[in-house]
Amino acid sequence: MSALVSLLGLTRDFSTGSGFLKARRVMRAVDDVTLDIPRGSVTGVVGESGCGKSTLGRLVLRLISASSGSVTYDDTDLGTLSPGAMRKMRRNMQMVFQDPYSAIDPRYTIRRTLLEPYQVQRTPLPDAEARLQELMSMVGLNPDLAASYPHQLSGGQKQRVGIARALALNPSFLVLDEPTASLDVSIQAQIIALLEGLQRDLGLTYLFISHDLSLVRYFCDQVVVMYMGRVVEVLPKARDTPHHPYAQALTNSHFEPDPTRRKQVQILKGEIPSPFNLPPGCAFAARCPAATPLCHSDRPALESASSGHQIACHHPQG
Amino acid sequence: MALLTVSGLGVTIGTLSPLDDVSFEAHKGEILGLVGESGSGKSLTAMAVMGLLGRIGGRVSSGSILFDGQELVGLRDSSYRRLRGKRIALISQNPMTSLDPIVRIGAQIDQVSLLHLRLSKPAAKARSIDLMQQLRIPDAETLHRAYPHQLSGGMKQRIVIAMALAADPDLIIADEPTTALDVTIQAQIIQIMVDLVRARDLALILITHDMGVVAQACNRVVVLYAGRVAETNTTQAIFASPCHPYTASLIGCIPSRDQAEGTLLGIPGTVPGVLNYPKGCRFHPRCGDAMQVCARTVPPTTAQPTGSVACHLHEVVT
Repeated sequence: MSALVSLLGLTRDFSTGSGFLKARRVMRAVDDVTLDIPRGSVTGVVGESGCGKSTLGRLVLRLISASSGSVTYDDTDLGTLSPGAMRKMRRNMQMVFQDPYSAIDPRYTIRRTLLEPYQVQRTPLPDAEARLQELMSMVGLNPDLAASYPHQLSGGQKQRVGIARALALNPSFLVLDEPTASLDVSIQAQIIALLEGLQRDLGLTYLFISHDLSLVRYFCDQVVVMYMGRVVEVLPKARDTPHHPYAQALTNSHFEPDPTRRKQVQILKGEIPSPFNLPPGCAFAARCPAATPLCHSDRPALESASSGHQIACHHPQG
Repeated sequence: MALLTVSGLGVTIGTLSPLDDVSFEAHKGEILGLVGESGSGKSLTAMAVMGLLGRIGGRVSSGSILFDGQELVGLRDSSYRRLRGKRIALISQNPMTSLDPIVRIGAQIDQVSLLHLRLSKPAAKARSIDLMQQLRIPDAETLHRAYPHQLSGGMKQRIVIAMALAADPDLIIADEPTTALDVTIQAQIIQIMVDLVRARDLALILITHDMGVVAQACNRVVVLYAGRVAETNTTQAIFASPCHPYTASLIGCIPSRDQAEGTLLGIPGTVPGVLNYPKGCRFHPRCGDAMQVCARTVPPTTAQPTGSVACHLHEVVT
């Protein structure tokens, strides 16, 4: 399978504003991420808050610019495009946001929200009403809702509008940034089932950002585990057993909805390091049960272990 | 004998009746899970037990809340004040807002035992530090002098738990205590609470929407839907053979370990708000097994081997 999107050494720094007496402090939110997103598949990004997964999603779509590194979409380096060309490119790549309550304009009707992409992209639309109906039924919305405003819709319906808007221009690549995190579980499952069907029917490629391991395991092909802005492990199949101690800790912290599989939680010692002041070695070393002096001094590189499986660890487990 | 017996509890806020005929028991040494999606009445139940409904303009309209032989419905506020914090403690969802940002955390824990146990200042401080150590808070003596903003979310939640424990309560109500936290931290906090209930013979009511947390931690479960109890049973029975179709669908919303692609369904429709609770069984519009009677009459609660269910499918035919 060829890659639709390739990331090469993608890095993004954020800095706190420097003041008269305050030194400028820099944190690296995304650090040297190299990754291939195969065409027609779902790549999951997991990690805890602050690990850089949302920043990565924004970098991939160039909603924010990278400090260094590149994003290649279908053999085009996005960094070389002029703003106008980038705007044209965006019809191929869209985003579904975490919070449907703030991602759609409260003063636009659903109709106007769904047709706006055509105006922005200056794409003629001969039969707007037919397209509107088609889009709404694609995401399971009753077309009668076209004249409604967002406040008249439930959270799940709003997220369906967000998905329909992302699909309006027939993109081939979607970044899904925690699309179900603010929804009830019964609605979450509906939305995942919808995204799954759309991916299959339209042959879409997804980058699915989530902190929910049961969703990732169910929904994704390849899984990327991030910690403190770095990729620590790439699993070619979502159900593969992780070998990085952090990825294992994440798996171990996830409770199965099955009382016969209760687990004794291994409590991680230590605290998450400050992103402004990362240790020189492995960022996880201070909390890692398998850490040695080497881990504290030398940062492990992300290396291929077997086909498609990559790991950044001096002492892979199990 | 049950420490807390809630029977036929109804709550009104103005002309609305968001909670209707809720009954359950909480026992010492046990964790009772109160489960449901948003708007099911979980937090309202907690507020009713804590006697805090007046703060939001609500009141108990029917039923009784019996705590250790004492009726709490209609209890004078001054008497309630002697129970709250001392014998019944609350751990709220968001540790970021349940601590006073401008008071040192030590002082916040100390004040509970100063007030309720009438300890001297040095004794209260010693007790707080001891509690912090029991909750595996590193360097408790230093952190006793810290301010909330200096701590991480997981650490703050441990401080809130320490405050809840400070007066040695018999019953703790934890309202979504880990929802705002990352998975590895959530696992730690849940483990700490399970250990506490065992060690101190506490009764814990754990309010959550996460069936994974329920499966991991709870002894018994009360499933709420739209302000009514759908089903109560042991955790084993709830997961192994759910009686109510809502319980079964709710468990089915979380993809299991080896769930095949394309088999996640969700529950059609949305959770009704208090303004449009359906007639009859409130779940019937979303229920795959709904019969004609479900739209007409409220299902009676019928006993099951280890619990009870309110569903016409399980009605005893006479």
